Parts: sequence; C-alpha cells; structure tokens
Amino acid sequence: MNFDFSDDQKFLRDEARKFLEAQCTMAHVREVLDDDSKSHNEGVWQKIIDMGWLGAAIPEEYGGLGLGMLELCVIAEELGRTLAPVPFGSSAYFFAEALKLAGSEEQKQALLPKIADGSLIGCIAVSEGPGDIATGTIATRLKDGTLSGRKIPVTDGDIATHAIVLAKDGSGASLVIVDLNQSGVTRKPIKTLEPTRSHAAISFDGASAQLLGEAGNGMPLLDQINDRAAVLIAFEQLGGASRCLEMATAYAKERQAFGRAIGGYQAIKHKLADMYVKNEVARSNAYYGAWALSSNAAELPEAAAAARVAASEAFWFASKENIQTHGGMGFTWEVDCHLFYRRAKLLAVQAGSPAVWKEKLVSALEAKND
Amino acid sequence: MDFNDTPEEAEFRAEARAFLSQHLKPKTPGALRSGNREDFLARAKAWQKTKAEGGFAQITWPKEMGGRGGTVMQQVIWGQEEAKFDAPTGPFAIGLGMCIPTVIAFGSDEHKQRYVQPALKGEEIWCQLFSEPAAGSDVAGLKTKAVKDGDEWVINGQKVWTSGAHYSDFGILLVRTDPNVPKHKGLTMFIVDMKQPGVDVRPIHQASGGSEFNEVYFTDVRIADKDRLGEPGMGWKVALVTLMNERLAVGGSPGPDWKEIMDYARSAGTLSNQAFRDKLADWYVAAQGYKLTKFRTQTALSRGETPGPENSIGKIINANHLQVSATAASRDAGFISA
Repeated sequence: MNFDFSDDQKFLRDEARKFLEAQCTMAHVREVLDDDSKSHNEGVWQKIIDMGWLGAAIPEEYGGLGLGMLELCVIAEELGRTLAPVPFGSSAYFFAEALKLAGSEEQKQALLPKIADGSLIGCIAVSEGPGDIATGTIATRLKDGTLSGRKIPVTDGDIATHAIVLAKDGSGASLVIVDLNQSGVTRKPIKTLEPTRSHAAISFDGASAQLLGEAGNGMPLLDQINDRAAVLIAFEQLGGASRCLEMATAYAKERQAFGRAIGGYQAIKHKLADMYVKNEVARSNAYYGAWALSSNAAELPEAAAAARVAASEAFWFASKENIQTHGGMGFTWEVDCHLFYRRAKLLAVQAGSPAVWKEKLVSALEAKND
Repeated sequence: MDFNDTPEEAEFRAEARAFLSQHLKPKTPGALRSGNREDFLARAKAWQKTKAEGGFAQITWPKEMGGRGGTVMQQVIWGQEEAKFDAPTGPFAIGLGMCIPTVIAFGSDEHKQRYVQPALKGEEIWCQLFSEPAAGSDVAGLKTKAVKDGDEWVINGQKVWTSGAHYSDFGILLVRTDPNVPKHKGLTMFIVDMKQPGVDVRPIHQASGGSEFNEVYFTDVRIADKDRLGEPGMGWKVALVTLMNERLAVGGSPGPDWKEIMDYARSAGTLSNQAFRDKLADWYVAAQGYKLTKFRTQTALSRGETPGPENSIGKIINANHLQVSATAASRDAGFISA
C-alpha cells in the first residue's frame, strides 16, 4: 500500500507552499479584486512562469519539466490554498492536457513549449450560456476551417492567446484550436461573482480554426479532457478548503466570547469537526483521482467524478462555515473569508457543476456493475 | 502511488489468507446476523482458540505474551483478510483490543499469568466498565464508588452501555476512590469478576430489537486490593492507555454499502429516479472517502509513520450515512429491509 505522495513530491509541495506564501499573499489577490481593469496578477503570474510549473506535466521533449501528473496535482493544491489570481488552470489543466491527449505531433511541437514558457495562455470555450451542452444544442459552427458563434462564459477568455473551442461540425461536434489574436475574434470581459479570476464572452466571425483530434469526436474528447482537469481542479478546491479550516480554527482559538475562546464551545467545535471530515473525504477521493490520472487507469471517469463531487462539497462547506465561525466579521469586505467563498463557487462549476459530475459518477458505476 | 503490498506484506497476506481459508468460509451477506447467541459465542470461542494456536490471535503482541511479535501493518492486513471471511470475532474485540493490553501495562506478574492466556485462547471474555448514566462523554465525572475495607475495596454504583457484559467473565472497572480531589484525580482502575455476587447485569433492549449493551449494577461488591491496576488515584491515566489502544482499529467495518443499495434499486426499477441517483453519488463518495482514508492510514503505518487524526472520521461518516442511506432507500427507492 502506497497511497500517498512520495517524499520528493512532498518536498515539491513544501517548496511551492513557501514560495506562494511569500509571493502570492492575500494582498496580491486583492490587487485583482479591487481593480476591475486587472484580469490577473501579472507579477505573480510571471513568478509562477519562472518557476516552470506550467510545464510540470509537459514532457521535456516539448519544453516542459517532465515531472508528471502527481507533481501537477501537488502544485494545484498549493495554488488553491493561496487563491492564486492567475490563468494557470486554463493553460495547464485544460489546454495543455487537451493537446497531450489529442494534439498532432505538429500541434504539440508548436504549442506545448509556449505553454511551458508562458508565452501562450490557453483556455477552453465550451459553454454558450445557461444549460447543458449537447451535440444537438451547440450553436457555434465550424465550416471549411472557419468558426462562427459565441461562447460565454470563458474563464480567462480575455487574456488567453489561444482557445480550444467546441463547435458543431456537420452532424457531429468537434474541438478546434483557435488563435484568439485574429480579426475574426472579438472578446468582451464579463463580471462574475469571482472577480479575482477573469471571464469573457468570445464571438467568432469566420475565425480560422484547426481541428484538435478527429472531426466529429468532440464530445468524447471533451469528456476525457474534463476528467483530467476535474482531478486537478479538485486539488485546487482541496487546497482552498484546507485553508478555510485553518483560518476558522485559528480564529476560534483567538476570538473570546463570554470569557473564553469561542473554540471551546461545541457549536464551533462541531463546525470545525464537520469541515475536517468533509476535507478528509475530499482529500482521499482526490488522491484516488490523482492515482487514476497518473497511471492512466480505466477507473479515471469515476475517480475524477468522485474527486470533483467531494471537493466541490468540501470547499463550499468549508468556505461557508469559515464565514460563520468568523461571525459578523466573516461577511465584511475586509476579512478574507469571502474570497474563499467566491472561489469555491467558481471552481464548483468549472468543467461541469456537481450535479453533472454526480450523474457522470452514477452512470459510470452503473456501467461497471451491470 | 499504488495499492500494492511490499513483498514482505504480500507474503504475510498470503500466509494469513491460507490460514483463514483452511478454517473458515468466505463471508456471505447476513451470515453474522443469523443464529442464536449461544451458537455464536461457541463459534467465536472456537475460532479464537484456532487463531491462538495458529499464531494469529494478537499479531502485534510480543511472543512471550502469546502474540506473533508482528508489525502494526501485519495487524491491519490480518484485519482486512479476516473481514472477508465468516469470522465470529466480535466478543473478543474489547477484551483483547483494550482490557488485556491494560492488564499487561499495569497488572502484576500474577495478573498476567492468570488472565492473558485464557483471554487469548477465547476461554474468557472481558468487558470495559467506564460509562455511567451521568458520565458519558464526561467519563471522569463518574460516581460509582469504592471504599477501602482492610485488604479489599467495596464497590457500589451503576455502569451503563457496557458492551458484552452479559457474556463476560471479567471486566476492567473505573471507579471513584477519592471524592475530595478534582474529578480526574480521584479515580482508580480494578479488575472485576463479573460472575461474583452483587454484580447485576441487565441487558438494554435496543430499538433494533437486539441487546448488545447492558446496565451493570454493583451492590457491595468486594474486590481484593491486589486486583487494582495502577495506584489509587491514577485511574484516569490507566483509562487513557486503554482508550489509546482503540485508535489502531483500522480494519473491519466496510462503511456505507452504496452497492447493495444500488443493486436493490436496480431490481426494484427505481435506479432511474434522478433524486435517488443524486444521493447514491453522495453515498459512493462518502464510502470511498472512508475506505481510501483507511488506505492513507495504512500507508503511514507501512512507511513506519504515525497516522494522523484522519482515521477518526469513520464514526461520523458511518453513523450518519447509515441513517441517511437507509431512510432514502426506503423513501426514494421504495423498499424496506429489516
């Protein structure tokens, strides 16, 4: 039994934590929160690029560090802890993983090194507004290598240089790679309840696009990409949830009421214990997802779904209970609780809502136990 | 990351499995719930004896105590393998897991000679008498008192929630010997013969219909001073050692059984109900979370590290999910199972 990260991976985690605690503080996060013109924190982003983390799971032959998926999971947890206000996930979890999965040799050679060195920021554009996406309902069209339609919301869509876009392609759906700095693309930043991460609406009007993977294979490929990204997002959520529990615990020890620390009251103790249980359930499910991801296991679909469901629940719960433990201060702008609550809400709907992942999970279990 | 044993662990697992399949049948659903108590006790005692003779009774105990002198990891592996068979182990868990280790830690040589082997071989069963009607979570507030009378102590009071007291031969008993000092300092631990006059065991009738716990009344029960465990007033420290032994219990319970419920729902034709599917996902995530957390604990043990508090989440997860899943199963999936 070896169901934990290795000493080397734990060393990477400790180093990443030290680095981010110094370089990505809540003050850095608030620079983006308090300034509508900022899509991300450029200083923090440059330092993360310099660390080489974007290439952690990109093979050395494509300009990456060639570490592996477990190392990327470790980094994701640390980025989640600090609410890093940067487009890391869009580039590393979605765009890079999609290329690794389905890119042609030429595409990989052209794009992966640029992701690793930060000169390319990738994103994924699937949603077209409220509702589930299915082949029959996609309005964005691919015809003769050009793309028309509108995607909203696209996480990091305003700062990305490239996007992977889901489009209707004849009778099926395909994924395509689009350079966003071309005349057929217009972007409009949109405000969400999580201002420390940027979002945009992107309109395509005859933009040139190249296929990612086989034509007509868009939906199954998207599922595969989402399974991989889901595990990594689960680690970000886990990091955020752990930090919420630490904040709540520290405050419960410090804040006095009726002559004693509020942590001495069962009303608070039980909140902390419930947060802890959900966090550990999330951690164990995330580790299982990491194992499935790193070993290309056949169990990846249910492992990713379980990791995602557990982590979404844990982060949401921990972020809301953290607010309550902080009492009235918990819902002020000044105290950091709301930053975690916002991030929990955002991450819970990336790559599909918990309801979507629960259905994926039960479908996978059903298929397996037929 | 992987889920494999080390070569040494694999070797021990194979040895354990061979021994188990030689003596027991694989577990079948409901097998442990059937049969009457006497049958079950007789089977449990026989199995404990077989284990003792085979060197599998207490894996981590030193060989001179009749144990295997093995590692904690081997104990975990044994627990996992034994759980796959129809093994009647319940009646000995408290005695061998908690009471006898306390006797070994604090008892005299005479105590060890007298009690360890019979418990190990399944000849004598032990219970633990700590909780009282007014001292549950706050067990140090207990009131059962012991008054010194020559070479003996006279015990009066009541214990409650005593698992297995109705079939136990001996117990470890925590009582108040000094009411005039702070509550943690006035306690003392004794060995008590459960079959002696003045010990009145009354089973508690549970909502499930069964009776696993008891009330135990003590009326002028006399215990020799030599059957004291630790010094007078040191009972709280002794009790903590007893309870510490509980923390390594990482085998056993499988957690909420999402699969049994899913199979039921499929056969009842209600698996397509969206509300039910949503809950099924939650149960799977909880059950996996519980199972995988035990794997993490096991990993720490395997690496020679001390596991953290994460192993304690099981009680919260299981107690809540057993209630929630049983309720939802009867409401949403439309079946009721005893």
